[in-house]
Amino acid sequence: MSSQDPSELFRQEAQELLEQLEQALLDLSERRDDQDLIDSTFRALHTIKGSGSMFGFDAVAAFTHYVETAFDLVRKGTVPLTEEMVTVALAAKDHIRNLIEHADAATEAQGGPILSRLERAVDAASGGSAGAPAAAGEAVPQDVPVAATGDASSAPQTAWHVRMRLPKDCMATGTNPLLLLDELVSLGEARVTALIDTVPPLDVLDPFDCHVGWDVHLVTAKPKSAIEDVFLFVLDEMELLIGPAQDNATPVPDQAAVQVEAAPEVPAVAETSAAAKPAEAKTPAAAPRAAGVAKSEAAAAKNNAAGSIRVPAERLDELMDRVGELVIAQSRLKQVAASTADIQVKAIAEEIERLALELRDTTMGVRMVPIASLFGRFRRLVHDLANELGKEISLTTSGEETELDKTVIERLNDPLVHLIRNSIDHGLESAEQRQQTGKSAQGNIHLSARHSGDKVLISIRDDGRGLDRQRIQAKAEENGLLAPGTKLSDSELFQLIFQPGFSTASKVTNLSGRGVGMDVVKKTVEGLRGNIDIASTQGEGTVITLQLPLTLAIIDGLLVRVGNGRYVIPLSAVEECVELPASEEQRSSGRNFLNIRGELVPFLRLREMFATKQPPDMFQKVVIVSSGDIRVGLVVDQVIGDHQTVIKSLSKLHAKIGTFSGATILGDGTVALILEVAHLVARGQQRDERLRAAV
Amino acid sequence: MTQLDGRTLEVLTLELQGEVFALEATQVYEILDQTQITEVPGSDPFLSGLVNVRGKVVPLADLRLKFDMPQTAATIDSRIVVIDVMIDGEPVTAGILADKVNEVTELTAAVLQETPKLGMKWRPEFIRCIGKHGSEFIAILDIDRIFAEHQEAAVGMQASGLDQSAA
Repeated sequence: MSSQDPSELFRQEAQELLEQLEQALLDLSERRDDQDLIDSTFRALHTIKGSGSMFGFDAVAAFTHYVETAFDLVRKGTVPLTEEMVTVALAAKDHIRNLIEHADAATEAQGGPILSRLERAVDAASGGSAGAPAAAGEAVPQDVPVAATGDASSAPQTAWHVRMRLPKDCMATGTNPLLLLDELVSLGEARVTALIDTVPPLDVLDPFDCHVGWDVHLVTAKPKSAIEDVFLFVLDEMELLIGPAQDNATPVPDQAAVQVEAAPEVPAVAETSAAAKPAEAKTPAAAPRAAGVAKSEAAAAKNNAAGSIRVPAERLDELMDRVGELVIAQSRLKQVAASTADIQVKAIAEEIERLALELRDTTMGVRMVPIASLFGRFRRLVHDLANELGKEISLTTSGEETELDKTVIERLNDPLVHLIRNSIDHGLESAEQRQQTGKSAQGNIHLSARHSGDKVLISIRDDGRGLDRQRIQAKAEENGLLAPGTKLSDSELFQLIFQPGFSTASKVTNLSGRGVGMDVVKKTVEGLRGNIDIASTQGEGTVITLQLPLTLAIIDGLLVRVGNGRYVIPLSAVEECVELPASEEQRSSGRNFLNIRGELVPFLRLREMFATKQPPDMFQKVVIVSSGDIRVGLVVDQVIGDHQTVIKSLSKLHAKIGTFSGATILGDGTVALILEVAHLVARGQQRDERLRAAV
Repeated sequence: MTQLDGRTLEVLTLELQGEVFALEATQVYEILDQTQITEVPGSDPFLSGLVNVRGKVVPLADLRLKFDMPQTAATIDSRIVVIDVMIDGEPVTAGILADKVNEVTELTAAVLQETPKLGMKWRPEFIRCIGKHGSEFIAILDIDRIFAEHQEAAVGMQASGLDQSAA
């Protein structure tokens, strides 16, 4: 049994359930009559309530109870589901999360208005006639399925044979088989037989497990669905067969087995595409279920559970640190091995090099998370913003399976939220405006992710009004960011919106000014060693593309020497290495250009920048690096070779030096600095401009 | 200093150009032999180096600059003292260069005196208090203060430093 804190266990479980609930609700807002979704919403609510009261989160249980009651009415068809109810339910879901995170009286008090709003919504939906008092404080009996009596009394009695087997660990998750049996017995006349064939011998028996299954012969007037309802919350894990009983009442499990549809756990990936094509998305999710029998499904669920484990993020970080140290130690070994004549040592060093690199790749793979987890969060954002602004917006996504380092994903959340808010607030027009310009009333935000080399491209595309070149130019000139009359290319001009304090919005809505600004977005992305591109066509929309590295932890680097100092240049930025022509070497710094196949490339002498005192090497080398579409040469004394670079960030004390993005530890244990290419390129460009101005 | 009343203070004593200083022992992680120091071009001379401390990249400070002492080459006695400094309320690991590290010793409250405002060639705010050990007076350093001072000054210095190198 696990020694984890039970309330922590509940928090984790609730976290997942709340996410499921949110996804289901968002799907429901598009397909309000989807019974599967209503059921899974109800189930999630019920489980939160049940586990909440079990673990002592009484406020959570009490509040959730009312929401659950409302959805029970929907589930039974008493009340149709309205858009308002979905919206209130989303607010309720947020409130439940709050209750779990900060359980205090003040938080609890916020629940009242939500419940009364829910009550009104339910009343409105039922046409006021049914008068279902959802939140009136009147407790609806908890054993919901039994309450679903209807007018079944007149129905003829049927004999059913029910065979049930719960998963072994069901007691640990709070399921009580006796309660299930009691509920079953209360449906009619029942005869229960225990199945003890799987009970292990005493010496290997784990008293915490449930080893017994049951056969129940049940004569009842209730329909089969009433029996199924008893097992509503354990269906996913259990083995259940319900069939009409034979006259002699012998259990015939296989012949008349009826497969009970399990909970439609649509994965996030399928769901997002479901937003675009509801009909298509339903098929893949439903098909495999229809084919399988209950037993194999239970087995599959079990396999799934064993196939993945939950690991705290810090442990992954620790693992990555250890691997980083191993890679450093390995490169030391490689140096030692290179200087020895011992064949055996060399062989082992090679073997260890291979293993260390494989281990590094595997570890980085472990940290990779599909971006779907991030995209999923934005559905809610778009839904809320659409309501708030009264715009019709659809969110479509693609490439959710693209994997990125988990740290990158976490740090991307805020910038992406800001970019999406911006697109919705400033980019998309109102429905009327859209129709006037011949567009569909519904605006579209498309999120996509894809790999491109060792980078991941994430783009946010809207089909709104696009960026206004003139306005940006005017605003930039007004703010003194641009000399009047300067001609810039589109992409250069659009980069200006990332300047601090730059805003073309003529009026401040309640969306702008919340959270981070565009300059912070750019900083965050650059902090992840990524960059941002904007493309926009006026009247047709804007595409903002973030280009990000796959991982933050380890890069391939090119090790160079300047004077006594060794530096690492990220290999992804390096285009080529050339020798500095002797003619250029003689020249004073009057003209720092290289002719690379007919193209002029400005270069920077790192010796000068770093104020190196040692005499220069005879033949200076130039490493041509690029950032965006700009190339700059860096003059170094020696190109040493490629280097597996484990990135260590610089401390706060050195954070202000823009030239270096971090440091690494070399094979001999010394520290080498990693050059920040974007910064150097910017420096090169400045020099370039200065020189041109001088000419 | 009043907060030191009634308790003893455990300190590490070290020498900078023959002068004995002390650091609160609780701030000290470990003492390393002189290793390879990597220079950071364009940084403040006070914090111009980086060292590898058990796989971590740690900035190295030269306190001698804060006390207007000459920077002499490392000797066989030179050590790096790895300490924790509070910067903006967060602990940052840093190394400081010492010409010699003496011992860890206890100073009782009775021998601790407030920093005199006069009679010292060093800036009084860098010294937390003065303790007496044997016949010697020991200045106990206010390390957090020394680094904080650096942070404030750093912005201006860097800007001018970059301009020079870019020119």
